[in-house]
Amino acid sequence: MSYELIGISVLWLFLYGYLIVASIDFGAGFFAFYARLTKQDHLINRLISRYLSPVWEITNVFFVFFYIGIVGFFPDTAYYYGSALLVPGSIAVILLAIRGSFYAFENYGSKNNIVYLFLYGATGLLIPASLSVALTLSEGGFILKQGETVSLDYWALFTNPLSWSIVGLAIVSVLFISGSFLTFYASRAEDHSALKLMRNYALFWSTPTIILALTAFIYLGQHNERHFQNMMDLWWLLALSVAFFMIAMWLLYNGRRYGLAFIFIMLQFFTAFFAYGIGQYPYILDPYITIHSSATPPAMGFALVVVFIGGLCLLIPSLILVFKLFLFDADYVKGKK
Amino acid sequence: MAIDTVLWSRLVTGLTLGFHVIFATLGVGVPLMIAIAEFIGIRKKDHHYILMAKRWSRGFVISVAVGVVTGTAISLQLALVWPNFMKLAGNVIALPLFMEVFAFFFEAIFLGIYLYTWDRFKNPYIHWLLTIPIVAGAGMSAVFITTVNGFMNQPEGFVMEAGQFLAVNPVQAMLNTATFSKVFHVLSSAYLTGAALLAGIAAFAMLRKGVSAYHKKGLNLMMAVVLVFSLLNSLAGDVSAKFLAEHQPEKLAAAEWHFETESGADLILLGWLNAEHEIIGALHLPKVLSFLAFGDFNAEVTGLNEFPPDEHPPLLVHYLFDLMAGIGFALLAISSLYFLFVFWKKRNQFNKWMLRMVALSAPLAFLAVEMGWFYAEIGRQPWIIRGYMRVEEAATSSPSVRILFFVFLLLYIVLGVICVLVLRRLFNNNPADLEMEKWLKEKHDQSAKKGEQA
Repeated sequence: MSYELIGISVLWLFLYGYLIVASIDFGAGFFAFYARLTKQDHLINRLISRYLSPVWEITNVFFVFFYIGIVGFFPDTAYYYGSALLVPGSIAVILLAIRGSFYAFENYGSKNNIVYLFLYGATGLLIPASLSVALTLSEGGFILKQGETVSLDYWALFTNPLSWSIVGLAIVSVLFISGSFLTFYASRAEDHSALKLMRNYALFWSTPTIILALTAFIYLGQHNERHFQNMMDLWWLLALSVAFFMIAMWLLYNGRRYGLAFIFIMLQFFTAFFAYGIGQYPYILDPYITIHSSATPPAMGFALVVVFIGGLCLLIPSLILVFKLFLFDADYVKGKK
Repeated sequence: MAIDTVLWSRLVTGLTLGFHVIFATLGVGVPLMIAIAEFIGIRKKDHHYILMAKRWSRGFVISVAVGVVTGTAISLQLALVWPNFMKLAGNVIALPLFMEVFAFFFEAIFLGIYLYTWDRFKNPYIHWLLTIPIVAGAGMSAVFITTVNGFMNQPEGFVMEAGQFLAVNPVQAMLNTATFSKVFHVLSSAYLTGAALLAGIAAFAMLRKGVSAYHKKGLNLMMAVVLVFSLLNSLAGDVSAKFLAEHQPEKLAAAEWHFETESGADLILLGWLNAEHEIIGALHLPKVLSFLAFGDFNAEVTGLNEFPPDEHPPLLVHYLFDLMAGIGFALLAISSLYFLFVFWKKRNQFNKWMLRMVALSAPLAFLAVEMGWFYAEIGRQPWIIRGYMRVEEAATSSPSVRILFFVFLLLYIVLGVICVLVLRRLFNNNPADLEMEKWLKEKHDQSAKKGEQA
C-alpha cells in the first residue's frame, strides 16, 4: 500500500471521527439554545454541559488534525483550496472562533448569558453548513484555474442544487447524530425527563436526514456522473447504511438499548461516508488534484505515518482515560462527582 | 495593486499572530506555574497554594479557549492567505505542524481531565501528576511550531529543483540551525511572561485591597520564578544574538544599525536616522556589539551594506529589538531588587513602589514578547523562506484579503474585550480570601459529617 493511500485512508477516518464528535458538539449547542428558548432548559442543559465541558477542545483538534494532515500529505490542496476559499474559509474560521470562545465564556465565566448561548447555538448550525461546502467543491466545476490564478465561481456554487442539498444534509445529520447521542447519554444518567426530550429530537430529525441524503445523492448523479457511478458500484455499502439506519430507528422507537442505537447510527454514517469517499477516489479535487498527482515526497510520507502511529499510541490511551472518567463513569454522568 | 494585496496579507497575518501570541504565551507559561503551585500546596499541606492552582487554572482555561480558536485561525490562514508558501513548503513543514497538533491534542485531553477531577483522587499527587502532560504538551507545541519559524529563517533539509523542494528530509528541516536558539528563547520567555503576569496580578491585588497572606505567598513564589527565568531568558537572548551574528548577519545588523563591516563594533542604543542614514542621538557602547555577537571585543561583525539593498530588512526593527531587550533586563532588575529586599530585612518587599513595579512588569513582559516576534518576522523581510521565496511571491492574489483584515480586527477586538470582561467578573465576584473561607468551611463540614458517621 502506498503512502498516499495510507494517508488518504487515515485522513478520511479522521474526518469521519470529526463528523461524529463535532456533530454531537454542534447539535448540543443548538439544542441547549433551543431548550432555553422554549423554557425546557432545566431538563437538558445540565446534562449537555456535563458532557461537553471536558471534551469540547478535543473536537476542535480533530478538525485541525485533518486539515494539517491533508496539507501535509497533499500540499497541492493548500494551493487550490487555499486560493479559492479565502473568503468562505475565513468565514468558517470566524465562526469557529466565535463558537469556541463563547462556549468558554459561557461555561467558565458568566453562566446563563443568553447572547453567548445564542452565538454558541447558531454557530453550531452555521459551521457544518460552511464546512460542508468543501465537499461540494471537491466534485469539480466550482474551482477554476485560469493561467496561474485559482478562483471560485460563487454564482455556480450558489445556484447549484447539489451544494444546497449537501448543506441541508450537513445540518440535519448534525441534529440527528447529536440528538441520538444525547438520548444515550441521558439514559446513562437515568435522567428521564431529558431522555424523553432528546429521544423526541432524535426521532424528529431522522426522517429529514434520510430524505436529504437521497436528494444529495440524486443531485450528485446530475453533477458528477463518475462519482455517482462509482458509488453505485458500492451499492452494498449504501444498502448496509440504510439497514443500519433502520435498526437504529427501531431501537430508538422502541425505547431501549440507546447505546446500541447510537452505535448503529455511527455505522450508518461510517458506511455512507466511506462509500462517498471511495467513490471519489482517486480525486481530491476533480479534475485538478488526485492523490497520486500531489502526494508529498516518500520521506515526508514515511515521517508522517511514523508520527501518526506514535501519536496514536499516546492519544488512544489518553482518550480511553477521558471516556472512562467522564463518559462511562456512571456517577460522573449522573452528576454525583 | 499586487503590492497592495501583499501588504494586506501581511497585515492580516501579523494581526492574527500578534493576537494569538498573547494567548499562546499564556498557554505555554501558565501551566508550569499551576503545576508548581499545586505541588508546593500538597507538599506543605498549605491550602493557599492549592487555591492558587485552582484559581489560575480557572482563568487559564478561558485564555486557552481564545488560544485554541486563534491558533486554528492562523493555521488555516497559512493556506488561505499564503497558498503559494504552503504549496512550496508544505512538503517540508508538514511534519512539525502535524506533531504540534498531536502535542496540543495531548495537552487538551489532560487539561479537560485536570479541570474536572480536583476531588476525585484520594492521593492528591495523582491529580498533580496530570499537570505533567499538560506542561509537556504545551511546551512541545511551542517547540514544534518554533521549528517551523526556524525553518523559514534557516531553510534546510531539501534540494531546490525546478521551483520545488525535492529530496526532502523533514527531520533535518526541523532541526535546522535556527531551531535551538529560537526554541530556547521562546520557552524561557513564555515561562518568564507567565510568571510575570501572575506576580503582577498578585501585586495589583495587594495595591488595591491591601496585603493578604494568599497574595503574599503567590507573589513570593512567582517572583522567584521570574528571577530564574529572566536569568535563563537573558542567556537565551545572548545565544540568539550569537546565532544571528553567525548565520543571519543581516537580521542582527538591521537591529543594531550596523552598516559597515568592522571589528570592535559599537553597540548602538536607540537614536534615530537622518536622510543620509547617519545615526543621531544614540548611545554608543564601544566594542560591545562585537562582544555580544562573538564573545570577543575585537571580533569582526558583518554590516548591512554587505547585502544587496533589496534584501535589507526594514531598519525600524532597531527599536523593536531595543525595547524587547530593555524590558528583558528590566524584569531581571525588578526581580533581583525584590529578593534583595526579601533578604535585607530592613526593607519591605511589599512596599507600594515595589508592588507597582511588579504590577507594571506584567504588561511589559507581554510587550516584550510582541516586540520580539515582530522583530523576528519583520527582520526576515523580504523573505518568507530566507533565500528561497519572497513574501510577495507567497501571498494570495485575491483582493478580498483587505476586507478580511477589518473583519478579523473586529473579531479580535470583540474576543479580547469579552475575554477580559469575563475574567474580571470571574475573579472580582469571587475574591481569593472569601473563596478560601468558603472552601475551608465546606471541608470542615465534610469532616464533621464523617466524624459523626464514625
